[in-house]
Amino acid sequence: MTEAPPYPQKRTCPYEPPPGYQEIGERGPVLKVTLFDGREAWMVTGYRESREILTHPNLSSQRTHPGFPIVAPRFRSQIARNLALIAMDPPVHDTYRRYLNPHFSLRTVRGMRPQLEDIVSGYIDAIIDHGSPADLVPMLAVPLPSLVICRHLGVPYEDHDFFQDASGKVMLGTEEESATAAQDLVDYIDRLVAAQIKEPTDGLLGTLVRERVIPGDVGHDELVSIALVLLIAAHETTSSSLALGIITLLEHPDQLARVREDTARLPGAIEELLRYIATTDLVATRVAKGDIEIAGHLIREGEGVLVSGTLANRDDQVHLRAHEFDVLREDTHHLTFGFGIHQCLGQNLARLELEIALHQLLTRIPGLRLAVPVDELPILGAGTVQRVLQLPVEW
Amino acid sequence: MWVRADRERCISGGRCMAATSDVFDQDDDGLVVVLTPSPAPEEEALVRRAAFLCPAQAIRISEKPPEG
Repeated sequence: MTEAPPYPQKRTCPYEPPPGYQEIGERGPVLKVTLFDGREAWMVTGYRESREILTHPNLSSQRTHPGFPIVAPRFRSQIARNLALIAMDPPVHDTYRRYLNPHFSLRTVRGMRPQLEDIVSGYIDAIIDHGSPADLVPMLAVPLPSLVICRHLGVPYEDHDFFQDASGKVMLGTEEESATAAQDLVDYIDRLVAAQIKEPTDGLLGTLVRERVIPGDVGHDELVSIALVLLIAAHETTSSSLALGIITLLEHPDQLARVREDTARLPGAIEELLRYIATTDLVATRVAKGDIEIAGHLIREGEGVLVSGTLANRDDQVHLRAHEFDVLREDTHHLTFGFGIHQCLGQNLARLELEIALHQLLTRIPGLRLAVPVDELPILGAGTVQRVLQLPVEW
Repeated sequence: MWVRADRERCISGGRCMAATSDVFDQDDDGLVVVLTPSPAPEEEALVRRAAFLCPAQAIRISEKPPEG
């Protein structure tokens, strides 16, 4: 292995770290890695060190900074470098976050449970009607997060095919596809925001128009930027976590039996799934805006910093039997939603979608199993969001 | 045990309320509210977990009542 190993690397199993990460973890908790473009960046692999750096005042999310580490060609585009919230530091980040927090708080999301149960029930009905075998990617994992975020934002669901496809390309496509898809999305959302400003409806976008745009706190273009991020962030991550979560449970029958024994264990099992599958692989890409001392290393101003969720979630220093999937474990704490001020805004919504979907899937289709061996499931590339393209199951 | 929460730091992650909704709640702005500043001994482990999980490190635990 070279002095600074390559990162990210491709998984060979959808829910296990790539084989090359073992050596990276052993060389952690802080080391240099090489990005796809040959540049080097600092990588943090320890759970404690990740928490420490993600709350460090000298860590910046400004993607326009020349030292910002770009982890895949698609993230070079202007749109990707200027994403609302994600690519921002305080104070603007904090202001935007305050506008959105009430609409994604645990209290608000708990109130959405009946509506989410109805939505999931419709998808499970369709799977049962379709009959065995069925592909759970197009029949559940992809459309569920899409419908939920559309309803929440007040985006017409009849357009979901378009932005499901476009947000997939932004996150996973080639550089050119990503830039084109991002511009298509911006154009679409621009028209949507204009319509909301003219006649605000009941969803979150209409509420933001009434509470923030009309009084003059937020401009048209700012709302477009915020809506773009909410739509993109809600799609790929939840969708992949659900698919990978189902695969992991089906591949661990003893653990699945424990969940079936008592479905009150499901929320704990979901925390363990989030820890274990680490859907996002990299939980942070940042740049140092001042020197940072960590674990005996000095990260200098202007140097890139990455945090590996895949490795920090399986840290022997803080997790007992770190590589074991155990739905009854207590030390389920993980960095899959990040840590610090940028921790995922949609985490409570994502958890509830996972809980309701897994609950109905396991109770209404009791004999569920994979229809093909796990190593034959097609996985998409290396990068920030792990994804299976098909999930054929039978029962 | 005494608990305080710094609402200036709070980012509405909800990890505290998920750990124990007897001690923590969220207001209409999504910000943390401490319902029980001096929780019962059986709640203490959950409160420590809430403080550990808080992404904004907004929860303060002390063994004496806060001054002022």
